Amino acid sequence: MLEPISINIAGLNLLALLPMAIIIVGALAILCADLATKKLNRSFYTMIAVLFVILDLGAVIGYNGPIRGFFDVLLVDGIAIIGQVIILVASAFFLPLSLSHNHFREFEMAEFYALFLFMIAGFQFMVVSDNLILIFIGLETASLSLYTLIAMHNRAKAFEAAIKYFTMGALAAGFYTLSALIFYAITGSVEIHQIEEVLIDRNFEPLVAILAGTVFMIGALGFKLSLVPSHTWTPDVYEGSSAPLAGYMAVVPKIAGFIVAMRLFEMLVLSGVVWLEYILYGAVVLTMTLANITALVQEDVKRMLAFSSISHAGFMMAAILIGTTQANTALFLYWSLFMFTNLGAFTMLWIVRHRKNLWDERYQHPFTKFSGMVKIMPATATIMGIFMFALAGMPPFSVFWGKLYLISAAINSQFIYLAVIIAVNSAIAVYYYTKLIVYMFLKEPITNDASLYETNASTPLKVIVGIAAMVTMFAILFVEPLLNILTKYVTASGF
Amino acid sequence: MDHILSLIIFFPAIAGLLGFLVNKESIRAFGISVSAIEFLLTVVLWIAFDSSNAGYQFVEYFSLIPAYGMSYYIGVDGISLFLVILTTFTTMVALIALNIEKDIKNLILSIFFLQMTMVGVFLILDIIWFYAFWELSLIPMLYIIGAWGGERRMYAAIKFFLYTFAGSVLMLIGILYMGFLYHEATGVWSFALPDWYLLQIPFETQLWLFAAFFLGFAVKVPMFPFHTWLPYAHGQAPTIGSIILAAVLLKMGSYGFVRFSLPLFPDASVYFMIPVAIIAIIMVIYGAMVAYAQEDMKQVIAYSSISHMGIVVLGTFAMNAEGITGSIFLMLSHGIVSGALFMLVGVIYDRRHTKLMRDFGGLAHVMPNFATIYGIMLMASVGLPLTIGFVGEFLSLAGFYKVNWVMTLLAGSGIILGAVYMLTLYKKSFFGAIVHEENKTLKDLNGQELTALIPLVALVVILGVYPKPILSSIDMSVKKMIVLMEQKATEQSTKDLIINVNTIGGTK
Repeated sequence: MLEPISINIAGLNLLALLPMAIIIVGALAILCADLATKKLNRSFYTMIAVLFVILDLGAVIGYNGPIRGFFDVLLVDGIAIIGQVIILVASAFFLPLSLSHNHFREFEMAEFYALFLFMIAGFQFMVVSDNLILIFIGLETASLSLYTLIAMHNRAKAFEAAIKYFTMGALAAGFYTLSALIFYAITGSVEIHQIEEVLIDRNFEPLVAILAGTVFMIGALGFKLSLVPSHTWTPDVYEGSSAPLAGYMAVVPKIAGFIVAMRLFEMLVLSGVVWLEYILYGAVVLTMTLANITALVQEDVKRMLAFSSISHAGFMMAAILIGTTQANTALFLYWSLFMFTNLGAFTMLWIVRHRKNLWDERYQHPFTKFSGMVKIMPATATIMGIFMFALAGMPPFSVFWGKLYLISAAINSQFIYLAVIIAVNSAIAVYYYTKLIVYMFLKEPITNDASLYETNASTPLKVIVGIAAMVTMFAILFVEPLLNILTKYVTASGF
Repeated sequence: MDHILSLIIFFPAIAGLLGFLVNKESIRAFGISVSAIEFLLTVVLWIAFDSSNAGYQFVEYFSLIPAYGMSYYIGVDGISLFLVILTTFTTMVALIALNIEKDIKNLILSIFFLQMTMVGVFLILDIIWFYAFWELSLIPMLYIIGAWGGERRMYAAIKFFLYTFAGSVLMLIGILYMGFLYHEATGVWSFALPDWYLLQIPFETQLWLFAAFFLGFAVKVPMFPFHTWLPYAHGQAPTIGSIILAAVLLKMGSYGFVRFSLPLFPDASVYFMIPVAIIAIIMVIYGAMVAYAQEDMKQVIAYSSISHMGIVVLGTFAMNAEGITGSIFLMLSHGIVSGALFMLVGVIYDRRHTKLMRDFGGLAHVMPNFATIYGIMLMASVGLPLTIGFVGEFLSLAGFYKVNWVMTLLAGSGIILGAVYMLTLYKKSFFGAIVHEENKTLKDLNGQELTALIPLVALVVILGVYPKPILSSIDMSVKKMIVLMEQKATEQSTKDLIINVNTIGGTK
């Protein structure tokens, strides 16, 4: 006979669940609306979804309850709030990309928006918890939704991408469970903070078990964060998905992954067990360098951006490796600024999308497509050029400030070699970003028909590009307030 | 007059933005007007400049990211004042001489943005912004070389871009490390140069930081063995690109030595004095020899730039008032002279579409004015007394004479070699009989070209005869800097050396 369990509702702190509840209600509402009528336009669904995201954002920012909630599985600390804000702001900007000039089947379906909102809820659960099981549920909810969203693009390449992502994701999920199992076996808990306490008590013994747990965890999170060597899916999946989703994947799943990684690895790195740091160090350096070198030889802009996003993820893992407050702040600063530039770059690809592959049989966006663009559409080429220089880390555009702060964090904690590796990688990266600039500005145009490049342009897309370009160019104005807020939240949550 | 420096920096950028709305037919006039106004602004700055004050003047300070010590901090002193005037002056002259028709609007607007970054580099006192302007200057130049250049323009443009970018990323690490050291020492973050000047750095650390900064500057100067981008860039760039590249962009590197390397790392500068001087001498002699072997007129001038920049670097690392003042003056004179020479090559290239010396010969018969101006500029480049080139070269060498007379002798041979290749060039192209039929009907300089060239000739002669007004302003700021170096040095040997080379009869 089990003892009856009495639960104090007030002690549950249900308010902590409110943001996720809002977005899930939103998703269910969209499904219900679709049951009632089939006549609703995609613009309705898009805007309703954006509104729910904004409501959710309000609930996140407005939250001022205790940091623990719901049987202590929720953990609403500073980095959870920053992470959710980045996820929600990015979602609010990427969702309206469905309002392109051309009609795509997936955007006409209500399920797309419902799945999108479920996916957001999944990512939110990942960041507001330090319970390995809840993180797993969040991860799987988000990933399963994402696989479906990719497949809904309904092209042969999209199916290939979804299946590839799914199979690799399943493997990663397996790794994750194994790792969680090992940690549970040696500590008797699935809560990261309890695992940490027990491990510190035991002085990080038995080492072999911890090593196994860590390696499986790097395998699992490395897949989400596209760390070398589990990055191989990235370019194919980005290529197969529509540009908005590819851009979204480069930002949002990764920030959720970084927060989990931050919670887990910071504890391991700070344990003083040297080889843990070496494993991470190796993964970071390999991710930055190999991705950069592979990006050099890409013939398609989208694939190039995919490899570049891997290398950006490598920079972020460097921040987690360094592990100081400044480094963690740098991670969020970098990612917030990177989000807008990345949004801009992928939206530009979305705008110049053409139904047929006119330039190359294999690729949708080969470099030759952009030849002499400055002569056909000077404004478009200039804006794209700014996004490329910004991604390359040219001052004074957005990503430079993040990179500056990150390198500074590395130097301040005596990671001089890491700082040099980051700097050298930035120099390598410049080459492939400049390649697109060279095509756009220095080569002669192949065609003079500007209409080929704007078949998919629409007012909402142009507005989004405008916002992204403004933030990218005048990033310096946001750095100071952002830094203050980020430092406050990161410090408050003890990272 | 409070915000004149901000105005000078951002006026071209604003004009560049407004220029998008100017019609294509009037864009040339717009370009010349804007650059003339910009030049006048710098002349006003010179008039208002107090030449008895060695410190920074017209300072503007505005804190941008206080939490991280970043600010918008500008000021001008004797070292930077004339480099700014040189920038605005050569830009104006180059725009007057501009005769490209293709996409001229894009070209002129890029020149405006380039001008903003160049002026910014010389005026900014916050190092993060210095880095920002430094890197930003690459973008318009990439476009100018790559879009209006010769046959292999893309290769040249990318090589230029990658070399200079890669060189400066390590400088960024150096900058951030300096910021870290400053924070360690004082507890506050600051990237303001005057703040950094007060920081004493341990000797070992200085060596590393010096190396990090040195790489960034050395690629730009360009110092041997990082010079290989320069001949390509010059060879492929359009005339206006070559003029600005030679006159201003190269000076950014040597300015960096004077502004950053020497006063921030005095001990390391003295430690590396001889190795750097050896590289400088290699530049002088090797540059001159390669220049002699060239058939292409533009390449001769490009390699002569390397040779002259060698003397600039040598003068800077003499660590005394004569050497540094002389090297800054040589930067100015080389800017004017090499700018004029590239312009002259552009003139003949427009008429004949070749730059090879064997295609010319006897030009003095058909183009007397051209030959005269070319001759004057050539003499100035060689460093004939009473031309502008002599003053800087003499002072730089005189400065280094106090350090080591043997090395000075070797570097001085560069002047003789310079005379050899320049006079050979002149003989092959201008004297003798006209062997090519096409050359018999060449037109002499037209009004537009004369308008651009005559001010340059005037400057070459006037400043060659009477350089004092410029020299005295430079000298004061340089002396202040040397005093600072002496005070800051951590090693006694450094202090001794600085005092030794700055007193008369120093070498014993």
